[in-house]
Amino acid sequence: MDWVLKDLAKWNDKIEEIAQQCGLDYYPQEFEVCDYHDMLGYQSYVGMPSRYPHWSFGKSFEKQNTMYKLGMGGLAYEMVINSNPCLAYLMIDNPLAMQILVMAHVYGHNDFFKNNINFSHTRAEFALETFKLNANRIRSFVETPSINYEGVERILDAAHAISFHVDRNQRIVRLSEDQQKEDYFHQINREKDNWDELKSQDQETDFIPALSEDLLLFILENSRFLQSWEKDIIRIVREETLYFLPQMETKIMNEGWASFWHYTILHKLNLPPEMHVDFIRSHNQVIRPHVGGLNPYHIGFHLMQHLAGNSNSFEEDINPQIFDIRTIDRDSSFLRRFLTQDLMEELGLFEYEKNNGKVSVSNVSNDFKGWKEVRDTLIKQVGTGGIPIIKVKGVSPISNALYLVHEYDGRELELGYVNKTMQHISTLWSNFPVHLETKVENKEVTCIFEKGNFRVEGNEETKESA
Amino acid sequence: MAIFKEFSKQKRDRSAADRQRHKELVKEKIKKGISDVIANESIIGQDKDKKIKVPIRGIKEFRFVYGNNSGKGAATGTGKEQKGQVIQDQNGQPQKGQGKGEAGNDPGEDIYETEISLEEAIQLMFEDLELPDMDQKKFFQTDTEVMRKLLGYQKKGIRARLSKRKTMMNRIKRMKAKGINSNALTQNDESFPFHNDDLVYRRLQVDTEEHSNAVVLCLMDTSGSMDQTKKYLARSFYFMLYTFLQTRYENTEILFIAHHTEAKEVTEDEFFHKGESGGTIISSAYIKALEIIEERYNPMLWNIYAFHCSDGDNFASDNKKAIEHVIKLSQVCNLFGYGEIKPDIGFSWSTMLDEYKKVEEENFVSLRMRTKESVWPALKKFLNKDKSNTLMD
Repeated sequence: MDWVLKDLAKWNDKIEEIAQQCGLDYYPQEFEVCDYHDMLGYQSYVGMPSRYPHWSFGKSFEKQNTMYKLGMGGLAYEMVINSNPCLAYLMIDNPLAMQILVMAHVYGHNDFFKNNINFSHTRAEFALETFKLNANRIRSFVETPSINYEGVERILDAAHAISFHVDRNQRIVRLSEDQQKEDYFHQINREKDNWDELKSQDQETDFIPALSEDLLLFILENSRFLQSWEKDIIRIVREETLYFLPQMETKIMNEGWASFWHYTILHKLNLPPEMHVDFIRSHNQVIRPHVGGLNPYHIGFHLMQHLAGNSNSFEEDINPQIFDIRTIDRDSSFLRRFLTQDLMEELGLFEYEKNNGKVSVSNVSNDFKGWKEVRDTLIKQVGTGGIPIIKVKGVSPISNALYLVHEYDGRELELGYVNKTMQHISTLWSNFPVHLETKVENKEVTCIFEKGNFRVEGNEETKESA
Repeated sequence: MAIFKEFSKQKRDRSAADRQRHKELVKEKIKKGISDVIANESIIGQDKDKKIKVPIRGIKEFRFVYGNNSGKGAATGTGKEQKGQVIQDQNGQPQKGQGKGEAGNDPGEDIYETEISLEEAIQLMFEDLELPDMDQKKFFQTDTEVMRKLLGYQKKGIRARLSKRKTMMNRIKRMKAKGINSNALTQNDESFPFHNDDLVYRRLQVDTEEHSNAVVLCLMDTSGSMDQTKKYLARSFYFMLYTFLQTRYENTEILFIAHHTEAKEVTEDEFFHKGESGGTIISSAYIKALEIIEERYNPMLWNIYAFHCSDGDNFASDNKKAIEHVIKLSQVCNLFGYGEIKPDIGFSWSTMLDEYKKVEEENFVSLRMRTKESVWPALKKFLNKDKSNTLMD
């Protein structure tokens, strides 16, 4: 350890000065020094110092610990929590040059959390307290004799299975069915006449309400049999997902933004030469391309640097446009707006196709037509694009069966997983049947989980009725 | 002005409880799958220290995911990729685990293999039987008298063990106490009879030796109708039975009796690999088993477990005789079982299962095994019958 806390504080003041000059707007910052064991711990709880107990976090710890020991997965250099004041962890083993880089990087994240619109609903002021309260609440259920650990685990396991099935973009306000109806009639009948009220019965059949992709909320609002503590657990899981979701949706932007700023700030810091070399080496390690994969740091940094105006932007004026971009975009819109063919060629992006274990290149960036395909495929897999969209169709009145539909976009669901996941949904739906419409090998099918059994049926009947 | 928090040396292990719970779940998972692994042919008859690989499907967190078989993705390359170029070809490579269960976004994440020794695996398997924790061995000992010797004296006893010397001495003592001169007696021709109190008997000390021996008699039909799959099931069963008994008894022996129309004792190798042709007379095997027990394995000294595997084809004329001998065998054995192996589902011409329903002996079990998966439940059922002999208590 070539530093003491005072050194960090000294460098931090310099970093903050530059950050403010550059126009970064961040929450007050707090740093906590920790060792690798703590860091692994924070990582497995997604950074939250207090979260409710569940074995999946233990599994995550074991996995990361094993990978770390085998040298397969590097440990995060830092970890930043979206909270106000912003909390960040520094690894005790890192040398001073690394700590400086990390601190500068943290201010980038901090600024992003505060200003990006996707984070506006996460209530950073209360984040740590909310998680702590949730953890306490779940612990209190564990300690309740009639519920105890097994009861809580049953609901948590099930709720985790569909935890990502919430409204992905919280900025899009979900209208109630009445509001939707109003909008609908407003559109088809701009000039509402007096007869409308009377005619509405007829027209209502044409109105199809937008389906909700918020499975957890639907279950919370419509289940007639869940007990209040069960609903509480589901509510907690949903709330925590909504908190983490923006981080998933802005991974490339967020890391690109932070990397851009640590790069810029460190160049303005006038580091001693030997530290500068260390810094450049660490920086390149972070933003190097992962051939055959995607490194969000690599893509994000490249794009941000390009948008800032110049590859040596730290010497010149930074294009203020990037501050707007960091405010209003998320990964998918960011890539769609700014990933040009030139940039893609520079990044060496390509599209591959899997076919029976054979992976082949299907499109490359330097193709005048194909590059768009590559970009669109990339956009599909960033953020929460890798998570299938499942929507709630409704509940059948007699059997109380829950009807879900998978929004098929060319990617098929893994049926083995569908089986188990539907089993979990059935648990949350008080063991009533669950139906899911999807496509397998281009045929419409319905997966049914009923009375502990899973089966897949062809869709003849539904076609007739539809 | 940021706030810095010094590193605290105080160890916090936040995830300890969650890790513990995860481990428990993994262990449960291994337990569930272990009988499949144990029934696997390659490990039967292997050394106990041999390490076996147990594939654990892991404690998965199931979600809706996209399948892995087809689909598109984007990745960073070197910039030299050509359209149509094949990057990876997994064909020909063995599929990991169950292929189907793998997640699309990070394949293979949850499937891992642990290596455990065969003994550990067996231990886990028997944990599944839910035997209570206690000194298991003591229930299976048979006490045998190995030596009798006369040691000490007692007032009561049978005449044969009368100690003449001590009795005589007692009489003389009594005489002295009365002041009668023994020499005078003979002269005076007076009698001084033995009194009941004089009588002293030798005490018999019985030394028992504790025996913890078991013998497994494997009886199998090696007639033409028993093919390799059937034998394989039988073999799995015997292996598990043998290993189980090994954990309970200090000394476990195994012997093999193959039969078609006549029975003979054979080696393990012959037992499993030599095919014979011809018909089946089941009683021949039972007679042979009884002979061997008579000769070598005294039921007083040995816990005898016999199990007969057959596909149920028997000469109808032999059925009655077979049942008679089943009863006889049941009387000398701790447990006697009959397993009918019918891998093919469908109508079977002849079955001994129906015949054996007539047998009412408590320690006789007849059951059916269809598939590899049914071997373990069959063994459980078989051993459960031993309740009367406190094996499973």
